[in-house]
Amino acid sequence: MASSIQATDLDIYYGSFLAVHDVTMTIKPQTVTALIGPSGCGKSTFLRAMNRMHEVIPGARVEGKLELDGTDLYGPGIDPVTVRRQIGMVFQRPNPFPTMSIYENVAAGLRLNSTRIAKGDMDVLVERSLRAANLWEEVKDRLGKPGAGMSGGQQQRLCIARAIAVRPDVLLMDEPCSALDPISTLAIEDLINELKNEYTIVIVTHNMQQAARVSDVTGFFNIEGTGKPGKLVEMDETKRMFSQPREKATEDYVSGRFG
Amino acid sequence: MNTSTAAPKTTTSATRPIRRPGDRIFAGAAAGAGVLILVILAGVAVFLLVQAYPALVAAPEELPTPSAGGEGFVAYVWPLLFGTLLSATLALLVATPLAVCVALFISHYAPRKLSQGLGYLVDLLAAVPSIIFGLWGLAVLAPLTVPPTRWLEDNLGFIPLFAGPASAIGRTMLVAALVLAVMILPIVTAVAREVFLQTPLLHQEAALALGATRWEMVQLAVLPFGRSGIISGAMLGLGRALGETMAITIVLSVSGGVTFNLISDGNPATIAANIALEFPESTGLDVNTLIATGLVLFAVTLIVNLLARYVINRRRDFSGAN
Repeated sequence: MASSIQATDLDIYYGSFLAVHDVTMTIKPQTVTALIGPSGCGKSTFLRAMNRMHEVIPGARVEGKLELDGTDLYGPGIDPVTVRRQIGMVFQRPNPFPTMSIYENVAAGLRLNSTRIAKGDMDVLVERSLRAANLWEEVKDRLGKPGAGMSGGQQQRLCIARAIAVRPDVLLMDEPCSALDPISTLAIEDLINELKNEYTIVIVTHNMQQAARVSDVTGFFNIEGTGKPGKLVEMDETKRMFSQPREKATEDYVSGRFG
Repeated sequence: MNTSTAAPKTTTSATRPIRRPGDRIFAGAAAGAGVLILVILAGVAVFLLVQAYPALVAAPEELPTPSAGGEGFVAYVWPLLFGTLLSATLALLVATPLAVCVALFISHYAPRKLSQGLGYLVDLLAAVPSIIFGLWGLAVLAPLTVPPTRWLEDNLGFIPLFAGPASAIGRTMLVAALVLAVMILPIVTAVAREVFLQTPLLHQEAALALGATRWEMVQLAVLPFGRSGIISGAMLGLGRALGETMAITIVLSVSGGVTFNLISDGNPATIAANIALEFPESTGLDVNTLIATGLVLFAVTLIVNLLARYVINRRRDFSGAN
């Protein structure tokens, strides 16, 4: 189920602009990895490169290697559609499909790629995903209502349910709590803790307390100046990163001296 | 004097919001423009009703228009209404799917440079006067359709639509509908394209991140979001098709009967084309009769638009506007 990710000398470009330079990183299965760093340091770009979502922007490309359980995700003949099925994603702002009901939102991914699933099986899968996202009890009586009518935190958990319904190997989260209030944030963080039993999770966050709370491993990205590429400065166990980082820049950042 | 000195103390003045002159002027101008639309619409409706009234209450034999045949106004207007609805509906059926495809191609498939050029081209098509489309239909499209309609008559003649006899000159309902379809294609395309381009990136990314192919992404995010836009565009197109005069007048060979036969010379006219043809030679009650048909067209257009509103609003909860 959960998979490992290995990035080796990964450069990410937007056209001729080098956005992220020379990232080498190992992400172990069934762990939560937090990526922290100041705005514009390339952590989100790196996250989006992991499931080839950055290709949505014309001109985006990578150099170097990015492997999921040893398979090069950018190898010849690899379809980004397949990559994204294996590596799910939750975005900064909750984005349930507004024209669909709660049920349909969760089922959306399962119905893709001409997969036919019987109604009964679908009900089971939808319930299981909603339960896994700690949302079932709140929505079981209004599965037919539009997903956009819920609170922000519920919408975000709906998006998580939608992402895990297709049973990915890895779940990427791009600042999933930045648009949420503290209570909803707590709910998502609890959820992340439960989900790591089944999935490998990579989360980008601006909130260092959040990184300290939810992650096993933390990677710190930094940028030397505007127009310069972002780099992975240091990556280590979260405890160590927040108590005795090796790099001065990391210490300055986690202690709130800049960024 | 007394009110102004007491102003700060009275609750009514205290709760009244301060309004700057600029605000007041703009609010007045906007309200005036809104009222003007209503006045114009009411004026048109009143004109139609007043002018149509004599024809509506006249005894059947008093209606001297030859084709009315002394059978009354309903008998006169029915074939025209039928022709109008048939040609416009056919045009819509042809144009809407095509327009959605073109709009999708421009918004989501074509490379950026190509899509821009194509967008301009479609807008340009909208600027072509309808008489040009009429001439093109008559001179180019009509002769082209003669062999295919013969084939349709021979092979699919058992379907009432293609019962024939196939026209030898091609001035058929089919050609009229196709010309109308080409005419309304740009407006439907333009509206649909604009809406498709506004699909939130957030929802497109949501679909792609689930492992959707581009076409699945379009189905999940773009088309549902653009649904009301497609309907609005189609209704704008339908409005134009219902009221189109010159192209139909030039292309369609008219002999009055109500028929679904699309490929023969004997077609019902449309309300607008009939007015254009008959009006210059009409006097007295004939004029009132023609205006009454105009009133029918006005009502039909209004109903079509109301229906479209209803369809759009019915699923407002799911529209994503919230």
